[in-house]
Order: sequence, then C-alpha cells, then structure tokens
Amino acid sequence: MSLDAAAVAKIARLARIRLTEEERTHLAAELSSVIGWVEQLQEVNTDGVEPLTSVVGARQRLRPDVVDHSTDREDILANAPEPISGFFGVPKVVE
Amino acid sequence: MTKLTDLTIAEALKQLGKSEISAHQLTEAHLAAMENARALNAFIVETPELAIARAKAADGHRHRGEAGPLEGIPLAIKDLFCTRGVQTTAGSKILKGFVPTYESTVTANLFRDGAVMLGKANLDEFAMGSSNMTSAYGAVESPWRRKGDNRPLVPGGSSGGSAAAVAARLAPGATGTDTGGSIRQPAAFCGIVGMKPTYGRCSRWGIVAFASSLDQAGPFARTVEDCAIMLKSMAGFDPKDSTSVDLPVPDYQAAVGRSIKGLKIGVPREYRVDGMPAEIDSLWRQGEAWLRDAGAETVEISLPHTRYALATYYIVAPAECSSNLARYDGVRYGLRVPGKDLTELYEGTRAEGFGAEVKRRILIGTYVLSAGYFDAYYIKAQKVRALIARDFEQAFQSCDLVLTPTAPSAAFAIGEKSDDPIAMYLNDVFTVPASLAGLPGISVPAGLDAAGLPLGLQLLGRPFDEETVIAGAAALEKAAAFSAVPQVMAA
Repeated sequence: MSLDAAAVAKIARLARIRLTEEERTHLAAELSSVIGWVEQLQEVNTDGVEPLTSVVGARQRLRPDVVDHSTDREDILANAPEPISGFFGVPKVVE
Repeated sequence: MTKLTDLTIAEALKQLGKSEISAHQLTEAHLAAMENARALNAFIVETPELAIARAKAADGHRHRGEAGPLEGIPLAIKDLFCTRGVQTTAGSKILKGFVPTYESTVTANLFRDGAVMLGKANLDEFAMGSSNMTSAYGAVESPWRRKGDNRPLVPGGSSGGSAAAVAARLAPGATGTDTGGSIRQPAAFCGIVGMKPTYGRCSRWGIVAFASSLDQAGPFARTVEDCAIMLKSMAGFDPKDSTSVDLPVPDYQAAVGRSIKGLKIGVPREYRVDGMPAEIDSLWRQGEAWLRDAGAETVEISLPHTRYALATYYIVAPAECSSNLARYDGVRYGLRVPGKDLTELYEGTRAEGFGAEVKRRILIGTYVLSAGYFDAYYIKAQKVRALIARDFEQAFQSCDLVLTPTAPSAAFAIGEKSDDPIAMYLNDVFTVPASLAGLPGISVPAGLDAAGLPLGLQLLGRPFDEETVIAGAAALEKAAAFSAVPQVMAA
C-alpha cells in the first residue's frame, strides 16, 4: 500500500492537522513505509479469533446513581486560552 | 559516610527513621545535584521551593510519629503525571503552560505516603519515542558515555528524564509510564531498575493518555527493593479509572529475597532475533545460569507470534493515540493558534503544537481507523494481539517467569537512529509483546557491553504476579552485582 500526497492531505484533514506541501510529500513516503511494514499482519491466520479490546476484561463497573463529585467552573476554565464570561471562547460558528 | 545522593530509598528510609539524616538534608542534596547536572536536561521543571516545603513537612510528620512509608523520599515525577499547581506538558509544546487543577492518582498516592517531588522529568513528546529526542523541551542526555568516545548518548525513552535522573543520582527514584517499553528500555540504557506492573495495577487517572489500552505507570530506582517499595505506594484500586483492578496490593518488598528455588524460567526461542549482538546473547545465557544457580529451572518456551508484535503495536498504539489526542484542539486548554473559523483554529493549533513524531502517529492512527481500512488494519491488529496474549497464557502453563534481554542494543548516540522511524521502533522488540498482553515486567541492569554501556535483562510474569517478578529480579540483581556508575555523575 502506498500513500500519495493527496491521500496524506485527506488523512491530515480528518486529523485536523495543517500540513505544508513539503510535509505532505515527506509524510507520504514515511507513512507508506510504515503502513507497508505493518501489512505483514495480513499473513497471520486469525480465523475465528476474537479481537482483543481489553486485557483486564470488558465488564464495566457500575456506581450508585448519586451525585458525588463536581468540578468548579473556575478550575475548568483555569487553563482556557480564551475564557469569555465563564465559557470557552471560540470563533463565531453561527451567523 | 555514604553521600546522601548515593543512598537507595531503603537506606534513606532507615537513616531517616533513626534520625541520622533529615528529609530536608536529603532533598537539598538532590536539589544541588540537579542543579549541577542541568546539562543532562533531565527535568522540564524543577520544583525546589515545593520540595523543601514538603521535606520540612515530612520531617515534622516523622517527628510526630506520623511518618508514611515513603516519608521524606525525594522523587522525580515524569512530566506525564498531572500535578496540581505545577506545569504538566507531556513533553509537548501544545501543553506548554498547562497547570493542572488536580493531581493524578499515582502522584497523590506517593504524596499521601510522604514522597517529596523534586521536579517534572523530561520525556518523549506524549511518551512517543524510545530516545527522549522527540521532547519539545530538548533531548535528554544519558549520564553514560562509551569508553573513549565523548558523544552524548540517549537515555532511552520515553521516560528518559526519569531514568537519567535516577542513574545520575539526581533522585533515588522516579515515576515512569510504559506503553510499549517506556520504563524498561530506558532503565536498561541507564543501568537502573525499571518496572512496569500489570495493566490495571496502577490507576491511569490524571496521567496524560497516549494509548489507553497499554499505558501503565511504574517505578524507576537503583535497586529492585526500591522499586518494590515505590510500587506498593503507587498501586491500588481507583474507581476513577474504569480499567483499574480491584485487588489487594501485596507487600512487594517482602518478595525481595524470597527464594526462587523450583521456579520455572521460560526462555522464548523466538526472542533470539537475527542480528542480535553477541554480547547481549551471552548476557542472556548468563542470566539463565544465574537463575539456575539460585535454584530455578530454565525451560525453552515458544511465543510463536512474537515477530508480529511490533507491527500490531504500531497499529493499536497510533490508533488509540489519534483518538486520545483529538482533545488538543486549542479550545479548552493548551496552545491556541487563532483562525478565522473553528477548523482553521483546530488545524493551525495542532500543526503548531505537535512535533513530527506525534503528527506521524496521529496520521497513521487516523488512517488505520478510517472508513475502508478499519477492518483490514485495526481489527486485524486486535486479533493478532489476542494471539500474542494467548501465546503468553500458554507459555505460563509451563513456566512462572519469562527471561529475555530488555533491548536489542545498548544506548545509541543522539541522532544515530532518528532518520528511520522503523529502525527506532525496533528498540521495543522485546518489551512490546508483554505490553500488548498487559503483563508485568522488570528490567534489571546485568552487565556492560564492550563499550562500557549498561545492558539489561527483562523478567516477565503472570498477570498481577508482580511478587514473583520481584523475587526473580532480586535474584538476578544479586547474581549480577552490577556496580558500574555513569561517567557523568553529579558532583
């Protein structure tokens, strides 16, 4: 499997990372080599094998449905790059 | 009298208990050593005022008979653990200036038991690397040098600052995290002990996430016993981590010196990889002989899917990293690069904030999780992961521990392997399989190569059987009697 610069641009868009043209070309070669290398897994027979999602067992613990912990708004906003009136500020998203 | 910075944790606790030294003195000695060894770049942030204040408090606790099990022991904390009020960067520019308003469970446990934080140790960015060269805050230098060669060497990674600090006597112990070998490989490179407990043993709450199904915290120290002491404090059930396991935490220190007579030590034939340096192979055989001399029996075992472990890891870990790191979007914390709309803000922030290796892994992860490729790569990798875990399960029916080298080489020079990502990934060939299976493992310094650099041996155990791992490691440690010290030592 080889990835070209256009394919890299598409993935980078999905990952929301802006790349320069030079980076796209460079990454196309690097990612192709890594993806080519991991393709060796196709030779492993995995018929009837369940995918392993957790090594500690998949059962989720439940807790009592009670209010037990909340975080202060001030704490939550303490590291915000642009807090506005107690909210996270972002560029305008609705006209 | 031994220099304060040469004391092990166990020795320091003994002297503190007898009031021969104070926590204040012990902390000051290490702070001075840190200052003299700044060229190593082992710390991103030093916290001397906080350390002195906590050390004084520790002396007070001890005076009042309220000493915790680690009361007054100074530690380096990998800068992946969130520490309340102290900048936590994960080695990334995207988290520069981020000051958590909460404390990770592992550090909270250590502080509850009286530990004193010296500073936040440097690491590969988001723990992604095997050399500590991907840190946005500069590479860490190993305190070791090859004989007759003054080129700086890597300390290994990703917990490179932690390992370098402990080896250079800037701290008697440090926390690390291990996703594919990030504790065991730097421990081997730096000639110290590093332990990754079973997945689920230490809470991941408050540790900056890389690959959540693999990440696990563990200790670094200069002796197996010290690692056992630290792990006892770090481990334990935490309802805030849904993968934390609710099991009692044994007295690990008691396992040090426990007889290994009659234990079966598995030696996996598949780990005898092509191109492995002869001196690593012979050290491995020496390790087998040491364990036999201590009364254990060595048996050849087979872990047939070993050769697929790295490729499996380099699908699973980037996939999880790409989703975990989606949170760094410039909105709620960390770096923000302004944009005319949200997409521009996200894309600019992430382009500016992440380094090359992190971008590479996010992109690989995004690719293997994207529509059309998900089954072929991600699901396939999870199936091979199941086979790798099954290999170990079957092997542990005929042995109690598995012995391997920790890494396929000694430390390399800064810049030596950075051009080829896959060559760098091969560093983790012996550590990744146990990570995929969630097993406990430890690296013990066992000898020096021809250039005078430390080499480590790794022991792996059954899930939640850290005690047998510790018993075996203590036997190896005793036989190896590793006493070499790094050339660049703190003054």
